[in-house]
Amino acid sequence: MYSRKASDSKVLTCAAVWRMPKELEPGSHESPDDSSSTAHTLELLCHLDNTAHGSMACVAWEPTGDGKKVISLADNHILLWDLQESSSQAVLASSASLEGKGQLKFTSGRWSPHHNCTQVATANDTAVRGWDTRSMSQIYCIENAHGQLVRDLDFNPNKQYYLASCGDDCKVKFWDTRNVTEPVKTLEEHSHWVWSVRYNHSHDQLVLTGSSDSRVILSNMVSISSEPFGHLVDDDDLSDQEERRPEEKSQEPPQDSVIATYEEHEDSVYAVDWSSADPWLFASLSYDGRLVINRVPRALKYHILL
Amino acid sequence: MAAAAAGPGPGSGPGDSPEGPEAEAPERRRKAHGMLKLYYGLSEGEAAGRPAGPDPLDPTDLNGAHFDPEVYLDKLRRECPLAQLMDSETDMVRQIRALDSDMQTLVYENYNKFISATDTIRKMKNDFRKMEDEMDRLATNMAVITDFSARISATLQDRHERITKLAGVHALLRKLQFLFELPSRLTKCVELGAYGQAVRYQGRARAVLQQYQHLPSFRAIQDDCQVITARLAQQLRQRFREGGSGAPEQAECVELLLALGEPAEELCEEFLAHARGRLEEELRSLEAELGPSPPAPDVLEFTDRGGSGFVGGLCQVAAAYQELFAAQGPAGAERLAAFARELGGRYFALVERRLAQEQGGGDNSLLVRALDRFHRRLRAPGALLAAAGLAEAATEIVERVARERLGHHLQGLRAAFLGCLTDVRQALAAPRLAGKEGPGLAELLANVASSILSHIKASLAAVHLFTAKEVSFSNKPYFRGEFCSQGVREGLIVGFIRSMCQTAQSFCDSPGEKGGATPPALLLLLSRLCLDYETATISYVLTLTDEQFLVQDQSPVTPVSTLCAEARETARRLLTHYVKVQGLVISQMLRKSVETRDWLSTLEPRNVRAVMKRVVEDTTAIDVQVGLLYEEGVRKAQSSDSSKRTFSVYSSSRQQGRYAPSYTPSAPMDTNLLSNIQKLFSERIDVFSPVEFNKVSVLTGIIKISLKTLLECVRLRTFGRFGLQQVQVDCHFLQLYLWRFVADEELVHLLLDEVVASAALRCPDPVPMEPSVVEVICERG
Repeated sequence: MYSRKASDSKVLTCAAVWRMPKELEPGSHESPDDSSSTAHTLELLCHLDNTAHGSMACVAWEPTGDGKKVISLADNHILLWDLQESSSQAVLASSASLEGKGQLKFTSGRWSPHHNCTQVATANDTAVRGWDTRSMSQIYCIENAHGQLVRDLDFNPNKQYYLASCGDDCKVKFWDTRNVTEPVKTLEEHSHWVWSVRYNHSHDQLVLTGSSDSRVILSNMVSISSEPFGHLVDDDDLSDQEERRPEEKSQEPPQDSVIATYEEHEDSVYAVDWSSADPWLFASLSYDGRLVINRVPRALKYHILL
Repeated sequence: MAAAAAGPGPGSGPGDSPEGPEAEAPERRRKAHGMLKLYYGLSEGEAAGRPAGPDPLDPTDLNGAHFDPEVYLDKLRRECPLAQLMDSETDMVRQIRALDSDMQTLVYENYNKFISATDTIRKMKNDFRKMEDEMDRLATNMAVITDFSARISATLQDRHERITKLAGVHALLRKLQFLFELPSRLTKCVELGAYGQAVRYQGRARAVLQQYQHLPSFRAIQDDCQVITARLAQQLRQRFREGGSGAPEQAECVELLLALGEPAEELCEEFLAHARGRLEEELRSLEAELGPSPPAPDVLEFTDRGGSGFVGGLCQVAAAYQELFAAQGPAGAERLAAFARELGGRYFALVERRLAQEQGGGDNSLLVRALDRFHRRLRAPGALLAAAGLAEAATEIVERVARERLGHHLQGLRAAFLGCLTDVRQALAAPRLAGKEGPGLAELLANVASSILSHIKASLAAVHLFTAKEVSFSNKPYFRGEFCSQGVREGLIVGFIRSMCQTAQSFCDSPGEKGGATPPALLLLLSRLCLDYETATISYVLTLTDEQFLVQDQSPVTPVSTLCAEARETARRLLTHYVKVQGLVISQMLRKSVETRDWLSTLEPRNVRAVMKRVVEDTTAIDVQVGLLYEEGVRKAQSSDSSKRTFSVYSSSRQQGRYAPSYTPSAPMDTNLLSNIQKLFSERIDVFSPVEFNKVSVLTGIIKISLKTLLECVRLRTFGRFGLQQVQVDCHFLQLYLWRFVADEELVHLLLDEVVASAALRCPDPVPMEPSVVEVICERG
């Protein structure tokens, strides 16, 4: 979805909308950054024109809906694009910009799946900010979220005020956006910058982080997940649940732990993500071009499911 | 006389048997015979013939009992020559004459005595006859006298009985007179104020009056007496209530009243009420001293006054009470105990208030002395009133004060530590302004360590006063056991060391954004301080404590090893934090330099960029700083001429593999493959890894962090050809200067190679500079 274009004496990162070949995965919106694919070629739909705003740092689709809205971050601007019919043209719907002393640049952004998709979180330097896309105004700000640069953000898919962030201070922090003075939880497992953090789409106690210490760490954050007492079976009626609850509580007290550390990569890991099809599958990508796909350990999987 | 004949004749006697082989045996036999003969009175001379020495049975011995003149003469005639015979004859004659004259003198001398003795005996006979007559006369006279005496006794008999009776009547009359005079006497006594006398009179008369009260006259006396007694009691009570007089007089009053038969219960109440009034006055005066007026008397004076005034008074009251109302039994004792408990409680409250004022102050010896007095004074009433539990309460107060003192000292130590830290901060800030980079770091460390140690020692000494032998409460179980082990050792020393560690750790925990507030040198210094504590000071201080306070308590105490481990952990964390902070400083520098530059449009490199020189300078400064406090540490043995090593990665054959093919579309694959192969053989670099306590490890950590940052930043940028070459030059420069600081220079090579390789990958036109040119530029810069 991005492409980079070098002009004479200036590097400018641009963004474009591509269509994946139908036979690959119909309905998938995102396309990888690979400029070329051996088997299929991507179909270029339109460019997001950002010449006036500077380099693109991040692009994010509206998580639900008809896929007509895209947010992009360019230098200190946050741009909301409206894709016209069949995505052949992108129109800048609204924008806002960050003002302040020094050169402010966004590094990362995420679109919240909650609140009817009206919230976006962005990171610049050490701060994390929340925006309302309807008014394009700032709704919260976590100053000094990390000691150093904030690298990535992710929203908890099941708990609407929970947000994870990671950064150059080797930490992963979990925030409640209603009370931003203190992080809810902090993880310090990595020994270098953490580049990427991702919640599992369905079991939000599973958190994946990738770092330039070439490790990928899968953590089990039970205590701050939406299922602090383990998975509750949906079709159980209320009385059953109440019966089950106490005994499950005693059986498995919420305990946060690192599930596994994956050291397959030889160089810095820059991206990690969960499969959108199989909730137990995830991939990580490192500098040396290695893509590693892993599964959640079977024991844990059954532990969560049963 | 017999000397001449003494010698035995040679070979005389029939027993002159030849000296044969049996010479010894017969001699022994003869000896036995001799003894037998002696027994039967036979002369041995005849039987044995060889007597030793003069024989008493010898008939020739002139002086012997058995002298025989014939034998003697025969012997002389037979043995002696004529001349000798003549001599012995004359000698004999002379001796006979001398004997004769001697005998005559004796007879003359004794004759007169015999005559006078005879006369005396005759006279005595006469006298005895006269005496016999006189004795007879005396016997008759005595008989007459006896007769007379018997007659006189008989006549005097009845008169004697009458006299005895009269004497009895006289005594009775005197008693009656006393009774009749009693009212007036009592009145007089009462008027004169001789209450004791009056009560004694009354006591003497009471029983009699009681007995004879059916007689009207006695009745009247009794009534009078009772009136007077009532008045007396009235007056006594009056005096008692006035209470102006001291406790002994009051006690006297009460005693008299008791003797008058007043109800003891009521008196007891009144007595206690009066005592309460007095003691409350004491308490009030003490309280007044407590008042807000600032120049309150010192605590010693206060407890002294409390001791002599209140406690003394209480003692007197208790002693008097027990003496007076001993008959009251357990109920009375209980009343006294309750009384003492209540007043004692109020006194203790006052003392505690006073002691609380003292808590802030510093002088422990004064406080301990005051407590000692306080405790000592309360032991007397404590013994007197065991039930009131005053001694226990006093001990409790002392314990509480001791505990508070411990807390106070702990606070003091903490404050001292924080003060030291502030001093260090100031000292660190000052010389930096003067342009001298922390030359006194080792001195500062020594200062801090010694000042903390002296503070600890001072606190120990101050607290030690509580357990001094001469202090009265030092032998209480609390002070012997719990105070020493839990209070001093655990609470004070261990608590302080722990809090020191925590304070130090809090510098690490302060989040990165505020990390700038703590100067890195302070972190370094604290780390060294904690390490020193781990190696020596903790065990020293604890040994000192254990020695000073012979800990007898069995309760578990924190072992030295635990504390040491804590201190070591603190030191490690501080050092790690130091590495992070310094690494961050340098990496921020590098990052800004990479991010703000436009790498596409740089000119061909002529110089090493200034920021790299700055990095090397800063690293050197850090090296010096760390070197002041930490030892060198070990580094991996390397070739001696490491600085001359060129960048083998892109100067040798690998250059072809890495850069040349990158023109072609398939280049990334090859590059990746090669770099992967290279990495297979290199260790993974743990960037923020824990450090060891030596200079090399610290520097390695800092350099690792910096270079990794450089690497990551380079990967985010796009480089032109000259941009790449500039990176090449910079890396070579760093390589030249940084290798000496790290434990394993291979690490620096690896990271720098990676930086250049990454830059090359991010370059659309990767044409590396000639290594020789790079070297020339670096050497010039």
